[in-house]
Amino acid sequence: MTGGISYNFAYLDEQSKRSIRRAILKAVAIPGYQVPFPSREMPMPYGWGTGGVQVTASILGPHDVLKVIDQGADDTTNAVSIRQFFARTAGVRTTTHTGAASIIQTRHRLPEAPLAEGQIVVYQVPIPEPLRFLEPRESETRQMHALEDYGLMHVKLYEDIARHGHIATAYAYPVMVEDRYLMDPSPTPKFDNPKMHMSPALQLFGAGREQRIYALPPYTRVVSLDFDDHPFARTRFEKPCALCGARDSYLDEVIIDDAGGRMFVCSDTDYCEGRRAQAAAAGGAP
Amino acid sequence: MYVAVKGGEAAITAAHELLARERRGDPSLPEISADQIREQLALAVNRVMCEGSLYDGDLAAQAIKQARGDLIEAIFLLRAYRATLPRLGYAAPVDTGAMRLRRRISATYKDLPGGQLLGPTFDYTHRLLEPSPPAAAPAAQRRPAVPAGEPAPQVTQLLDREGLIEANAGADGDGVGDLTRTPLAFPAGRDLRLQALARADEGFLLGLAYSTQRGYGRTHPFAAEIRMGEVEVEFVPEELGFAVPLGQITLTECEMVNQFQGSATQPPQFTRGYGLAFGHAERKAMAMALLDRALRSEELGQERTAPAQDAEFVLAHCDNVQATGFVEHLKLPHYVDFQAELALLRQLRAEWLAARGGDRQAAPASASDGAAQ
Repeated sequence: MTGGISYNFAYLDEQSKRSIRRAILKAVAIPGYQVPFPSREMPMPYGWGTGGVQVTASILGPHDVLKVIDQGADDTTNAVSIRQFFARTAGVRTTTHTGAASIIQTRHRLPEAPLAEGQIVVYQVPIPEPLRFLEPRESETRQMHALEDYGLMHVKLYEDIARHGHIATAYAYPVMVEDRYLMDPSPTPKFDNPKMHMSPALQLFGAGREQRIYALPPYTRVVSLDFDDHPFARTRFEKPCALCGARDSYLDEVIIDDAGGRMFVCSDTDYCEGRRAQAAAAGGAP
Repeated sequence: MYVAVKGGEAAITAAHELLARERRGDPSLPEISADQIREQLALAVNRVMCEGSLYDGDLAAQAIKQARGDLIEAIFLLRAYRATLPRLGYAAPVDTGAMRLRRRISATYKDLPGGQLLGPTFDYTHRLLEPSPPAAAPAAQRRPAVPAGEPAPQVTQLLDREGLIEANAGADGDGVGDLTRTPLAFPAGRDLRLQALARADEGFLLGLAYSTQRGYGRTHPFAAEIRMGEVEVEFVPEELGFAVPLGQITLTECEMVNQFQGSATQPPQFTRGYGLAFGHAERKAMAMALLDRALRSEELGQERTAPAQDAEFVLAHCDNVQATGFVEHLKLPHYVDFQAELALLRQLRAEWLAARGGDRQAAPASASDGAAQ
């Protein structure tokens, strides 16, 4: 490890990248299907986004522009750390602007700004199996996917309704992909689910510890599970963002004093800053 | 007034500086060297090599120093480095029967060909804290090791000759699996199970092995033999066609002999459990052997009732680099998911109160589920 050790472009050796690309191609060919891949130990811990990092490392080229977000924000410590990792090992340009990025690696959020054709979103996934908490055995869940046997999930959602009056899943809300595979959208708030549907961007999901990759090619149908009499409902915020006034974005609650004072601000920092800059340029307060 | 937090980069840099200072400790004391760790904390180095799956004492010692003595962190450092190494090929199977023994004990026979050899062990020390542990005798006064050349066949071979123990399953021709190159799938063959156990966390294996002794999947084990010493590693380059020695490594091997089985087609026989670890790592090798046997319960026609018999349970959770990552990732931000849960909980509470005709106001409802756009 001392002197003389040099790492390949984007850290991983080319052989490893090729094996990951093969898994990605298979995943793109079968939208929503979890493809096993030989995950490597990365120089950051499992749980920190090793799946996403391996996917990004395998698709990254020298001309790419990389954006990394965690919780929607570019400045959270882990986003900073992963961005620095690729700036250092691949020397690629990085950005915080959603529109300027060719690859966006994310944990728990999709940017608010609409994505475009040619962009790739890489999700960091902790537990890729949407059925895992209903059936802990991998051998069982693989069979359930093969047989398209998703009754267990429908029963779970029905039990939610019976107990709470509606489906009590606020994030990692299960989706059906192209009417075939049940998929975990990674622990994004269900607010983001509709953005995955028919997205012009390629969406790749990497789970390093669980050794799975899955994908949504551009313009894939992604439908959040629901019932006719209990349709999927997107979380809506009653107040606008306290900084930029946005009414269409996902808000973080920030506690501002010890008397229960709180404010709600955009979780997508780039979106929020962009709106404030626009408002400032227009000369009006938001 | 809240300002969107900036300064992740500055915070990370400052944290790394603090870490370096803590790592050094009191600067008035001499700094330890990796060489000292390798020589004087050899069992820690052994564990890091074993669970890090890389036989390199210098790197393991360096990793322990860098990790401030946190062995799982050191194992992680070694694994991450290992993942970048090119794979030249696979060594020939090592012959542990030809091991140059430094320790060899059997709990099943009082004496046996090759004899019992206690070797360097804590087993019969009295665990009294001593201000300075006894110094080593000068090399000249040391007793000679076992007379070289006397064969010390493995105890299970002796049993095998009589047919008292099941035959060792040979390689099935496809070679052995490699879970670092192919993702583990279930059911996993014994080769992959043993590979996973060899890399597994010692504490996790120890606890599970212990559970089999306390009735959660009993296997009635005897430690037929534990041996530790040096073996030759050989490699057969394709262009040469014969084995070339690469060097020596230290191994600890444990063979357990377990309760017998019989069937309509086979007379009753002992069954086997096998453990192998880099370096001197007896606890690890013994726990591994107990678990290997427990995980064979299905192939041996026994009912699977205990956690230690459940390959999916054991293999999916035995890797400490994976486990520590996922447990510790809970300290990463989860703001947005927590926000989603908060909104849902507030809504559920508001509905609960409304349903009971309560006039009490629920907490300020910040968000609610509206119809999909």
